Amino acid sequence: MTSATLARPAPLSRGLRFELVKLVSQWRIRLVVLACWVAPGLFVAAVSQQSTLPVDTLFGRWMHATGWAGPLVMLGFAGTWALPLLTSLVAGDVFASEDRLGTWRHLLVAVRSPRRIFVAKALSALTVLVLMVAGLVVSSSLGGVLAVGNQPLTGLDGHLLSAGDAAARVLLAWACVLAPTLALAAIGLLGSVLLGKSPMGLLLPAVVALALQLAQMLPIPVAVRLALPGYAFLSWNGLFTSPAQWGPLLIGIVVALLWAATATALAYVLFLRRDFTSVATDGTGKRALLFGVLPLAALLVLSVVAIGAATGVTGSGIGQDRVQRSVATAFAHLYRLQTGQLNRPDVTEAQLATTADCNKGGGRRDPEGAGNDWRCVVSWHLPGTTATGQAVYQLDLTPDGRYMADGDGPKEVNGYFLVHTPAGDAPNPLWQFDGNVALLQDEPKG
Amino acid sequence: MERPRAVRARGITKCFGEVVALDAIDLDVAPGQIHGLVGPNGAGKTTLLGLLLGLAVADSGRLEILGTPIRRALDAPDGVAGFVDGPGLYPGLTARQNLAALARLRGRDPRGAGLDEALDQVGLTDVADDRTGGFSLGMRQRLGLAAALLTRPRLLILDEPSNGLDPVGARHVHRVLTGLAAEGVGIVLSSHRMDDVEALCSEVTILATGRVVFSGPLSKLAAENRELDYRLRTSDPARARALAEEAPGVTVVDDEVIRALVPAVDELVARLVREEIALRELTPVISPLEAAFLELTEEKG
Repeated sequence: MTSATLARPAPLSRGLRFELVKLVSQWRIRLVVLACWVAPGLFVAAVSQQSTLPVDTLFGRWMHATGWAGPLVMLGFAGTWALPLLTSLVAGDVFASEDRLGTWRHLLVAVRSPRRIFVAKALSALTVLVLMVAGLVVSSSLGGVLAVGNQPLTGLDGHLLSAGDAAARVLLAWACVLAPTLALAAIGLLGSVLLGKSPMGLLLPAVVALALQLAQMLPIPVAVRLALPGYAFLSWNGLFTSPAQWGPLLIGIVVALLWAATATALAYVLFLRRDFTSVATDGTGKRALLFGVLPLAALLVLSVVAIGAATGVTGSGIGQDRVQRSVATAFAHLYRLQTGQLNRPDVTEAQLATTADCNKGGGRRDPEGAGNDWRCVVSWHLPGTTATGQAVYQLDLTPDGRYMADGDGPKEVNGYFLVHTPAGDAPNPLWQFDGNVALLQDEPKG
Repeated sequence: MERPRAVRARGITKCFGEVVALDAIDLDVAPGQIHGLVGPNGAGKTTLLGLLLGLAVADSGRLEILGTPIRRALDAPDGVAGFVDGPGLYPGLTARQNLAALARLRGRDPRGAGLDEALDQVGLTDVADDRTGGFSLGMRQRLGLAAALLTRPRLLILDEPSNGLDPVGARHVHRVLTGLAAEGVGIVLSSHRMDDVEALCSEVTILATGRVVFSGPLSKLAAENRELDYRLRTSDPARARALAEEAPGVTVVDDEVIRALVPAVDELVARLVREEIALRELTPVISPLEAAFLELTEEKG
């Protein structure tokens, strides 16, 4: 026996494979991956065949018209429920599972590098998450297209996207929500490192996602809204207007990626500081909890300040002018759609010269911010005449800028009646429609 | 060329905050030696085993593993294997998959890594394709040993390897360990089972509150100036008791138990034979190791 050379750490590729084998060996992971690849397609196909559509969900009312509405309905559901729960399941448990199984020391002896263990675990969680998200988008898209067809999609401002454009934007929207998913996954990694065996480690991404959703429902200043790492779960909506609302979307993505990077870096530092020889310690203690939470709080504050300074917006971002422009634009686009469905001569948005006059609380309240007491009178020029048409809408406008406009007459314009479409009879498109108010810039009239 | 010691530790001290887990520990383990590490709970055994595996580095002192000085955590040399706090197994994988995953992690093709041989050595061939989630503690211990065997160790560190083993499992483990030792592998094992330590180990270190209270061959423990209780059964208990009561250095504890040093016991046996009293049983009530363990650790406690 001669003196030995020091054992070299296992290469990252082998560590990653080891972590993936462990993850995939878990029944719950296998089942969830399978569900992600099968269930959305079945759900979208089944709902698309129903007479009643999920009109409360964005694009739900268009599920009979095009297969590309299905993956967007699924995206809305995923941003609220599926993605936070998936990140909890995968990233929230990737470190904690070693605590639960008591395998840390074994893993360290086998790999000989905490750095590589961390990177391998983070990459394996990311791989499985991306696999799940890919399943959600591919399955729901296939389900929609196979059940309904590859038809044009009506955008959030009523303009029509070609089938190809719709497909590209659906994929882009799903790609955009990877950013907040990564942020939640990084928070999951941090919770998993910080809290060890505690169930809170597993639940942290879901709890954070719920808190972020609650915050988005509150009338907070727009700079704070955009500085929350979950905003990109909502701001993908802006891809379906013309022109696209890139500002809030890009800000949401950058913020989410900053959170992902910061939380991952914190988890990395805390993981390297952990003492694996002490049996009693399965996490890194209260000081580390403070060390993990404070930097993220600081990031939130810095983001709010930076966004506020860069955009110059104050308040809710929902002003009278923006609401009026959004409603007028959507009405004009949908009027053209209705004209086509009723086999009338085509008109252009320019010919219609639509305007909207909106107030809040019957004019007794300041026309600013969310509420279900917005009322808009839309006016447009009837082609070939000098007459001006008028229609009334009640708006239920949420603090994140989304609204549902409900037609309040005249009945022959925005009342409920069925129109003939290639996909069969459908409600009058001007009866009820979804829209959103651009929180950052004045939305140009399309 | 002289073979370096499997373990050479001098003045090893390790603290966790204000708690001194190890206090100036010396330890020597020769190649081919099975060295037992015993001590009460909290004595520092697991901490010491963790240092030998390279999980942490000592605060002070000098540690050489297989002739290589250890200066940083996870700096252990090639050929060190084993486990502390139980083997690391993943319940979703079968026994074979656990070993295969480890083999791949170390850059070896599982087909040529000797998985079947390792499973056979520890007697787990029949359950090789069962998920380890359903394994008993003893089966897990044996699979942990099989995982260590895959690395072709030169120093094997085992924390309570006999926990949960049935007699058949214990026989497998004993056979594997004695076989490895015969091949020159140094083995350090901790155990609360004195019979295991006595059966397997040529040397033992007794720890109490982080300090070494004894280190050396088992025979040295028995030879130390320590009275033991012996169960004495003869063909004529009454006469034997009378002789024992008269014998110098022998205390009669009850009808069948005497207390004495080894020389006094030898003398009593000679007298019994001279008086033609047949000796049917003469065994320590508790083993020399256990007696030493209790005495030394209670003193420290």
